[in-house]
Parts: sequence; C-alpha cells; structure tokens
Amino acid sequence: MNIPKRQFDAVIVGAGGAGMRAALQLSEAGFKVAVLSKVFPTRSHTVAAQGGIGAALGNMGEDSWLWHMYDTIKGSDYLGDQDSIEFLCRMAPEAVYELEHYGMPFDRNADGTVYQRPFGGHMQNFGAGPPVQRSCCAADRTGHAMLHTLYQRNVRANTHFLVEWMALDLIRDASGQVLGVTALEMETGEMYVLHARATLFATGGAGRVYAASTNAFINTGDGLGMAARAGLPLEDMEFWQFHPTGVAGAGVLITEGVRGEGGYLLNKNGERFMERYAPTAKDLASRDVVSRAMATEIKEGRGAGPDADYVLLKLDHLGEELIESKLPGIREIAKKFANVDPVKDPIPVVPTVHYQMGGIPTNYHGEVIAPSGGNPEAIVPGFYAAGECACASVHGANRLGTNSLTDLLVFGKASGNRTIQFLRENPGHKDLPADAADRSLARLARLENQANGESVYAVGNDMRRTMQAHCGVFRFPDMLSEGVAKIKQVAERAGRTGIKDKSKVFNTARVEALELDNLIEVAQASLVSAEARKESRGAHDRADFHQRDDVNWLKHTLWLKDGNRLEYKPVHMKPLTAQTFEPKVRTY
Amino acid sequence: MHFRIYRYDPDKDAKPYMQDYQLQLEPTDRMLLDALIRIKADDDTLALRRSCREGVCGSDAMNINGKNGLACITRLADLKEPVELRPLPGLPVIRDLIVDMSQFFKQYHSVKPYLVNNEPPPEKERLQSPAERAELDGLYECILCACCSTACPSFWWNPDKFVGPAGLLQAYRFLADTRDQSTSERLDNLEDPYRLFRCHSIMNCVDVCPKGLNPTRAIGRIKELLVRRAV
Repeated sequence: MNIPKRQFDAVIVGAGGAGMRAALQLSEAGFKVAVLSKVFPTRSHTVAAQGGIGAALGNMGEDSWLWHMYDTIKGSDYLGDQDSIEFLCRMAPEAVYELEHYGMPFDRNADGTVYQRPFGGHMQNFGAGPPVQRSCCAADRTGHAMLHTLYQRNVRANTHFLVEWMALDLIRDASGQVLGVTALEMETGEMYVLHARATLFATGGAGRVYAASTNAFINTGDGLGMAARAGLPLEDMEFWQFHPTGVAGAGVLITEGVRGEGGYLLNKNGERFMERYAPTAKDLASRDVVSRAMATEIKEGRGAGPDADYVLLKLDHLGEELIESKLPGIREIAKKFANVDPVKDPIPVVPTVHYQMGGIPTNYHGEVIAPSGGNPEAIVPGFYAAGECACASVHGANRLGTNSLTDLLVFGKASGNRTIQFLRENPGHKDLPADAADRSLARLARLENQANGESVYAVGNDMRRTMQAHCGVFRFPDMLSEGVAKIKQVAERAGRTGIKDKSKVFNTARVEALELDNLIEVAQASLVSAEARKESRGAHDRADFHQRDDVNWLKHTLWLKDGNRLEYKPVHMKPLTAQTFEPKVRTY
Repeated sequence: MHFRIYRYDPDKDAKPYMQDYQLQLEPTDRMLLDALIRIKADDDTLALRRSCREGVCGSDAMNINGKNGLACITRLADLKEPVELRPLPGLPVIRDLIVDMSQFFKQYHSVKPYLVNNEPPPEKERLQSPAERAELDGLYECILCACCSTACPSFWWNPDKFVGPAGLLQAYRFLADTRDQSTSERLDNLEDPYRLFRCHSIMNCVDVCPKGLNPTRAIGRIKELLVRRAV
C-alpha cells in the first residue's frame, strides 16, 4: 500500500506546554520540526491550569531551590528520582524568567517583580514552615497565559504545526531506534508516515480514563498507548492524583490557589477539618493528604449537601476585591458549574482525578529509557518524552501543586536540547522498516470493516466506571484484584468496537475509537500496577497495607503490555549536587 | 428536549440539511455540550470540536439559536426549543458544526501576536508595575474561539482584509504591554482602510464574547493611538 511519507528532522507529538517549549528550542536552532496536535495548539489542556508555576524566585520572602527540592521529594513520598527533582527545582527560576521574557503576563508586586502565591506543600526551611509564596501566577489563568505565550513565541519562531493531526503509532526499527510516527490528518482522513530522525512525545495525561475527571476530553494518553504498543514500559501508573477541589457533580477544577489565597474546607458541621489531619499546613497540606481527609469526612457521614457527598470550600471571607483580582476565573466557574457566587457562598467540592504521576520512563534529559540487556535504564535511541506523559520521575507518588507547569517548561526545554544534540551527532535519516505503517493500517482497517461492533461509548463507560470504582482515593485488595480481571475483559471488548461513521472527512467517531485503544492500555497498566504494590505511598492508599514500606517498595513500577507484566527499578536517591534527602515519616 | 442541528458531510451529502434530534435530559445534563455528547453517543456521525468543557480552550464555539457561543458554558435551561445549532457563520464548513478557521488564524498571525523587545533580556524578570500589568486585563484572556470575528459583518464581507475583533484585541494586547518595543511597526501594520478601519463599532463582538471581553474598546484605543501619532 502506498502511504504518503513526509520527512522532518524531528517530530513532536503534542502542542501543550512541554511540546511547545521543546519546539522553541528546535525551531530557534533552525531544525525542521513538525509539531502534531489533535487540537489547535492553544486548545491543549495546559490551557486549563490555574494556580501557578512553582519556582524559588524569592520575590515574596526568603526561598531557595533546595527547599523547593525538599518539598517536592517529601511531596513525592520519596518515590521521586532525586537527580531529576534537583534538576527541576534548580532550573525552575530560569524557566520562569524566560517565559516572562517571552511576554507572559504574570501578576506583579509593587516593586515590579513577579507575584507569587502560597500553594499546598510548599514550605520554608525544609518543611518546617511557615508556608512559602512560590507559585508564579497570572490571576487564576496561569496555564492559559503560559500556553498562549508559548504559542506566540512559536509563531515568532515560525514553528511548523500540523494542526488536527492524531499520531497513531510509534515507528521503531529492528534495533529499537525510534524513526517517527504514523499519523492521521483528521480533516481528510488521510494516513501519513512521518519519518523523523528524532521523535518527542509531549502528549499529556490520560485523566479521561476515570469517570469523574478535571481533564479535557482530549486527555486520552495517546503517547502512553503508542509507547506500550511499541513494547516500551509505563512507569508508576498506580499513582493518580485526586485534586481535592473539583466542583461536585461537574468535575471542573477549582485551583488550590483558592486555599493559597486563604480559602479553606469545611464539613457539614462547619468544622475546618484539615486542622485535625494536618495541624501545621492545614488546608495547604499536599493533595493526597487533603483528598484523603475529604474522602474520610464524607465516608464518616460529615459531608455536606442533601446526600452528604461533598465538602465546602469557603472563600467569601477573602472579600470581593481579592476574589475579583486574584481568582476571577474561579468565580466564573463556580457561578456557571455550581450555581454559587463564592463571594457569598461556599463551593461544593469533591476529590477528582486530575493528574497522572506515572508515564513513559525518562531520565532528567528527557531521553526515554527502558530495560534492555540487563540495564534497567537503557536509552531508547531517537525517542524523547516530556510533561505529563513522561515519568522523569519528579512527582513520584504525589505531585505538588504548581510543579506540573514547572515540569513542562524545564523538561520541555531539556528534552528539546537533548534532541538537538542527538540530531547533530546523528545526521541523516535511517531507513524505515518495511512494516512501519502496518500496525496503524491494521487498526484503521479493523474499524473500517468491523460489523456490529460494540459502541465506543459503552466500552469506554465501562472502562471509566471500573477505574473509578476499583482504583480510587482508597484502595481495597479485593476491589483491586476484581478490577484487574474486569479491565482485562473491557480491554478485549475494546478490540471489537465498531463505528457507524465511515466518512473520510473529520471523522471524530474514528478518532474516539483510536483514543480508546490508548486509554485502555493506561487503565490496564494502572490497575495491574496498583494491585501489585503492597504498601501505601502518596496517592496509592491501600486498606490492607496502610503504611509506606521503604524496605520492599521504595522502587518504581514498570508495566509492560506484552504479557501484562511488571518489572521494578530502583529510585534514584542521589541528587546531582545536593545531599540525599533520606525517607522519613511524612506529616504536614 | 428538541434540537435541530446543521448537518453536512461533503463525503456523502450533496448539500447541507437540518437534522432533528430528541433527547431525554438527565439531571447531569446542565450545559449544551453535555446534551451534544449524549446525542453523539447515539449518532456517532455528528461531528463537532470540543475539549476542556469549561470555557477556556475555545473549541466548541457554534451558532446557538442564532447567537455565537460556547456549547460547554451555555446552560440548557436558558435555551428556547427547538435548539437550533449551526456552524460559526462566515467561515467555510468542513463538516457539520466544524468550520475551517484558517482565515481567522491568518488574521490573528498577521498582527504579529508576540512580544517584541530587542534589548538583551535581563538576568531576572523585566519589571512591570501592577498598574502597567493591569493594562493587559481584558485583553490577554482571549481564547481564540472566533465567536466575535464570525459575528462581525465587517469580517463576513472582508475576512481576507479586515483583521477582525479577535486579531485586533490581540494587536492591542501587545500595544498595551510596557515591555513591547514595537509600537510604531504595530501601528503601521494596522493603518489601513481595511485592516483596522473596517470596524464600524457594531459591537456584535462584545455581545457574543463568552469571556466578557470588549474588542470594540480595544479597537477604539488603537484608533486613538493612531490619532495621537498623527498630531
């Protein structure tokens, strides 16, 4: 079959914060790069980030990247790789300054410097406190401002975007080197082979694997599905962050910045319950801690509302003026999705799936790594990943608020730089394997020819319900093993879906069916990894193993699609230049 | 609830038509997008763009009962039946509710929507006072959904020559930024009978903006800057 081919120096899949930051490095260095995106770049999910970018600028008082590093390691429940975390926190201020130079409309202090707000888990003095103001923000629209700024800078750099293209599968040759992707141009329904000397995934998270999620519809783990089908492992997929404050019923995010600016949570008795769970940090404890506290309140009958199934986020005491200047987007969301004006009334909120700590394993340069020939971290040549789809691992078992945007900037740039180095050292395209397009062609042909297939929505709903029920805030051994069995059945059904829409032109039914192929890999990886981890750490909380177990479980999970099996690899305890932060009991 | 939706698939339809759908609303169906997702679950051939479902990505702009808006933040309870949904007016239709936005983005790109400052950047941030930063409020929040430009008669007549409200709002966003050094080039780029001056202050843009922004005011400010430069 004659598949149209196009050649680039590098292909970047995904035009969110990480993809566009990486693209800038490559475009400004003069490389021929194509950035694929399922949506116009400014519609990527980075746009929905609200609260800020974590960086120890020290604009509001004393701060240091070492404190930021300590907070991130503690936040990760010691599962984060300390070399990557040092890199993240040391590079963060420069990343923020660069973004400011690109034109980012940060909020300002009276002296003209960037305004920073407090955020959960960010403290002075190696966790001793008090809370530090480290989150650089543009009101409560930081992600929007950042994504548009990065897009604008890419317009200036003449970056080549392939808008409304969906990558389908990774192309690897017999040696394992990555040589590009197959991709679908949505408008025409045409499939292409994009032949690249280097390939960078910045495809974002897969939060749509759950029924209730703060994530956009496009967050379907496409990069993870492609990596898994190409024989690469997925790391630490049992760790899913439940954001404490999703609007009850709607799932829409309310930033932690509300609590950073002085808001707090109440149960049905009007009690500020976080004081019991986290005496020092209270409502600004890290997200896993706050979400568990909320779920406990609800479980024990102290939830608010007619069904006692949510808690209340109170911020009216902040006053209309502060809410209008620092949290205008929240007010808009609360009015639209919760029918309350937070200037007068509290917002009903529940813990809602928000962020995937795991992903495609990389080192702190953004190079994808996988076990090979006895080396648990062999570099996969020509392949890079950054942002939520990657696992560097800077977030370990629980991400701190604000560190996601920092991650996009720091590792977007680092992976772009590493890609440039690889391109300089490896001139010329390697030949494509003869079967480069076969897997994608087979997937498309199956959808085209499937008669009486089950609906993508029905199968997707069962997947989402299974994840929601079996892999939630609290995890139980019987539910986990049932979940593993159930998701295996759902995965089999996902291979038999059918679509009625057979049009070539902008066939969104086909896109959603292809997305389900990716989501289902994520769901399997998550449940299998969670069932196997016999401890509680960060966002993974098991009723039968209630403590963290550093003797047996201070290690990263690797899930492999082939055989639906697990391997493990050690956590990097040695930072680049700092001293190791040894695991200790984690309280806030 | 009764919906009438514009349908057109160039792969099989000779011409567009309106299709009727009846949907039994569930208590969880609050916004128009919730209903559209459920309609699409039954009829997967209906094509529309959507992503964030909270009014910040700008994907699901469409013409709703004659007025442009975002499906994800339009309350079903506020809509009169039958709910008539059409693609954004004035742009070529690709399929169903999906329009070709090339012309819209071309105009956005034409205003050089990026900060220009040719001085070597300082080691830290460029300083800007809170008052200077406040000049960007009401400008930077644009989500490029195109509700405004596709509600503008001047943009309908001259989409290739008139920048349109969305592009002009962003042109002013950079003119208003104290860090930007390209004021005179930016004004040169707009001083043209079509690019800026086709705006006749009809204010449809203000009426439809789902983010409550005011492109007409920004356009007025650009005109003032041009006048001030001339005297």
